[in-house]
Amino acid sequence: MDDIKYTPSQPQVLKYDADKDYGTPKSDSSVMVTLNIDGVDVTVPEGTSIMHAAQLSGVTVPKLCATDSLEPFGSCRLCLVEIEGRRGYPASCTTPVAPGIKVKTQTPKLADVRRGVMELYISDHPLDCLTCAANGDCELQDMAGAVGLREVRYGYEGENHLGQAKDESNPYFTFDPSKCIVCSRCVRACEETQGTFALTIQGRGFESKVAAGNHNFLDSECVSCGACVQACPTATLMEKTVIDAGTPEHKVTTTCAYCGVGCSFDAEMKGEEVVRMTPSKAGGANHGHSCVKGRFAWGYATHADRITTPMIRKSIHDPWQKVDWDEAINYAASEIKRIQAQYGKEAVGGITSSRCTNEEVYVTQKLIRAVFGVNNVDTCARVCHSPTGYGLKQTLGESAGTQTFDSVMKSDVIFVMGANPTDGHPVFGSIMKRRLREGAKLIVADPRAIDLVENSPHVRADYHLNLRPGTNVALISAMSHVIVTEGLVKEEFVKARCEWESFVAWRDFVAKPENSPEALAKDLGLDPQKVREAARLFATGGNAAIYYGLGVTEHSQGSTAVMGIANLAMATGNIGREGVGVNPMRGQNNVQGSCDMGSMPHEYPGYRHVSDEATRALFETAWGVKLSADPGLRITNMLDLAAEGSFKAVYCVGEDIAQSDPDTQHVIHALENMECVIVQDLFLNETAKFAHVFFPGASFLEKNGTFTNAERRISPVRKVMTPKNGMEDWEITAKFSEALGYPMHYAHASDIMDEIAALTPTFHGVSFKKLDEMGSIQWPCNAEAPQGTPTMHVGEFVRGKGKFFITQYVPTTERVNTKFPLILTTGRILSQYNVGAQTRRTHNVVWHAEDRIEIHPHDAEDRGIQDGDWVDITSRAGQTVLRAKVTERVQPGVVYTTFHHPGSGANVITTDNSDWATNCPEYKVTAVQLTKVNQLSDWQKEYRTFSDTQVELSGMDPHTVVF
Amino acid sequence: MEVEKLIHMANQIGDFFEAVPDEEEAKVEIAGHLKKFWNSIMIKSIVAHVQQQQGAGLHPQVIAAIQQHIQA
Ligand code: SF4
Ligand code: SF4
Ligand code: SF4
Ligand code: FES
Repeated sequence: MDDIKYTPSQPQVLKYDADKDYGTPKSDSSVMVTLNIDGVDVTVPEGTSIMHAAQLSGVTVPKLCATDSLEPFGSCRLCLVEIEGRRGYPASCTTPVAPGIKVKTQTPKLADVRRGVMELYISDHPLDCLTCAANGDCELQDMAGAVGLREVRYGYEGENHLGQAKDESNPYFTFDPSKCIVCSRCVRACEETQGTFALTIQGRGFESKVAAGNHNFLDSECVSCGACVQACPTATLMEKTVIDAGTPEHKVTTTCAYCGVGCSFDAEMKGEEVVRMTPSKAGGANHGHSCVKGRFAWGYATHADRITTPMIRKSIHDPWQKVDWDEAINYAASEIKRIQAQYGKEAVGGITSSRCTNEEVYVTQKLIRAVFGVNNVDTCARVCHSPTGYGLKQTLGESAGTQTFDSVMKSDVIFVMGANPTDGHPVFGSIMKRRLREGAKLIVADPRAIDLVENSPHVRADYHLNLRPGTNVALISAMSHVIVTEGLVKEEFVKARCEWESFVAWRDFVAKPENSPEALAKDLGLDPQKVREAARLFATGGNAAIYYGLGVTEHSQGSTAVMGIANLAMATGNIGREGVGVNPMRGQNNVQGSCDMGSMPHEYPGYRHVSDEATRALFETAWGVKLSADPGLRITNMLDLAAEGSFKAVYCVGEDIAQSDPDTQHVIHALENMECVIVQDLFLNETAKFAHVFFPGASFLEKNGTFTNAERRISPVRKVMTPKNGMEDWEITAKFSEALGYPMHYAHASDIMDEIAALTPTFHGVSFKKLDEMGSIQWPCNAEAPQGTPTMHVGEFVRGKGKFFITQYVPTTERVNTKFPLILTTGRILSQYNVGAQTRRTHNVVWHAEDRIEIHPHDAEDRGIQDGDWVDITSRAGQTVLRAKVTERVQPGVVYTTFHHPGSGANVITTDNSDWATNCPEYKVTAVQLTKVNQLSDWQKEYRTFSDTQVELSGMDPHTVVF
Repeated sequence: MEVEKLIHMANQIGDFFEAVPDEEEAKVEIAGHLKKFWNSIMIKSIVAHVQQQQGAGLHPQVIAAIQQHIQA
């Protein structure tokens, strides 16, 4: 038998344990250094701290001010060590390893010093450990134990900080200064991890204390991300839920159900009650960071408004009848059968949501294709990122972003177009800000000055291209023109990787004089010189990465703009490695997944067209039914046909089309025309107010499944409590299918994933077992890429050669004139999420209680509008009234609002204009007029009355239900 | 389906492919796009409009694309 000899100098594979705190961040150096700690040789990358190296070798050095998510600070002096041949006692957190040094972490002298340090801390600390919320979860307590503190000689009577008032202004956490040891971990977390710089240490020496702004946390710049709470070693910063419920006893790793970042969280539990959600360090997307939504705003899952019993009714003017599951499902099934018999097969369809898990989307589209027998299934990605799916498939060959989030740490130039990462994708926004603070250059193309432009500490856009809404394609043409005509194209890359002919056609097109920044200056409203400089920076500044969002897709030329972005990346060789790429910022958590899972009417899972014979045969065999080759209806088509009277029933899973889709009055008319609207949701959402069947859904805490984030990362969602409605959502759909005569035989969500993997080449290697092992997987994951694919299009594009498309700028038909002289554009805010059904049912409303209309001071003055006034907003489609916010963030001629509240009626004014390729609505451009008024619009008043009546019909009290 | 809406949508598609230098290719692309993304109900309406109303209001290239490459 061969002896495997252990040679201490042989390089070791470093194994990290996410539950351990290594004290200082890990070093990425490839140069290895061997040192000796307490008699044992350890080999670690150069730049590692002694503290970190010790922890890796299994030795724990006491510490208070260090934690491995932050750069070391060296203030507490608890981590001192002795190094043979060196004088004094260096702090192990700030001292890097050196070859051959011999370190001692425990000596009588060190023990003495450490006890002295602890004694000082404890003499100024309340001794209420037994009743403290952090009891058992406090590093100060641990350290007192570790250093063997037995007495405090200074007494507790001297001058101290005990008895200071708590700051309880933040709805989710408390700041209790009497327990603060001024380690400044919170201050550094706010700076380094979050990038908000809301906290400071005020005063010096004994006087020093942590301060949030001038007053308290709520009034400060704090965005309630929780990073400081996470970093605090004591009970000073503490979640209120822990103060109330006590420390959790077990935890389950799951995935945030809000945005497309897809943060990994540990649901810390007491039995079936969530005590807190903490971002998990092992999370591939978030590495231990979070935002206010995922970290704190999960209380909606147990909100009183939640409906947990199925309900049915004949007409939307009837009271809802509470029934059991069998009755509700059988009724829905009989209605679908009746309607198909009466109006034809095509009269029914379904809509899934990006809030559904992959497994739910998959079974829903299967139900519609295999059981309803039509391809009329669409998803809410239709109204946000359908142009991404189309544009990236055409140019690059795959309908997905090309990078990991971490890739941005290798970017030299970051181009943010029509996206607002610090509000929409906060955790990614923090990573991006970190890279920008390190010196990466920033170009922002947005009509409005988003926070990144100049409102983030130590970050400033090198170029803010505040173009006129609706002119993205013109901007891309102008930048491409500069790159082509100034000889900045990376020809070797294009020659090797792209279809040369398509490139030539594109090059000749963008080189035309009418595409120059000068020629387009008027449309863009931009100084051509600025456009030229930005284009040069993008092409020559090193690794350049494009991040874009709904400000690009939600336009009549959304697909064109996405293709233009891909052209730009290919022409400059910025694709196929880390630090570059084309990155769609997905709005909701599972936008990517819902598209992957075949919820578009023309595509099966894995983006294969329904008319493709081989794919159809594959699904026909697997599902045992004949399938239609006719592309189905999109949401907008379904609604149009419903309004005309030929589309009669829709199964809406987790989606609220009445609030989120444009031209509300048209949507409402369509819904009212249908004979069977089935809504599956947690709450009586706006669409449910027009429904005939209500299937109560389960929250993300109550089900198993997976979400796929904007970097194609599939992450597990795990059930931590019994569904209050009695079933996971996929089970409801499966039962519905069974009632229609097609039983689905799944015992667990993992069985559904197994079926997806078997039928989808890019998912062949995915299973729940593998997800348990790896934590998360970025697709494609199959025989060629068993560990998944962090960066796409390396070496070759998915479609073979990249293809350039000519992207002619066509101005939208939605134009300003004297009647509608302003352009309304829409967006979102950090604390609220999409239609707000969840976040409006949490304390997040303290940051955003209502949607406001932002208007430039000039435009406001012209109209006699002052901050806080009610203003009427009228477009060609409708009118609504919101309160004004006068701000220079928007340029003259442009107004802006969010749409998180149904009563705002923001979509009453958006029009039915849409993207030419995908019908993605043009939310971002509506010509409007603003006038000062003193009351809500008629629509708002009528809708409120209607809504209240509907709430009553469901047996709830409109005075208590959140509107 | 209301033909006005379909005309508007088809014209937007026509506008995009108008930039394709080769006219034949542009027509094939337009027809291909319609076949790939439009449900047969919509295809039937637009084809009927081309046949019965000479495609009134439609982009000429879209009319040609439908006449030459789509049979309903
Ligand atoms: S919650 Fe986040 S933003 Fe607020 S002070 Fe703490 S780290 Fe800073
Ligand atoms: S609040 Fe917590 S993290 Fe901040 S300085 Fe005090 S003890 Fe340290
Ligand atoms: S909302 Fe987005 S950024 Fe915030 S915790 Fe959830 S996934 Fe992360
Ligand atoms: S942990 Fe090293 S000085 Fe505080």
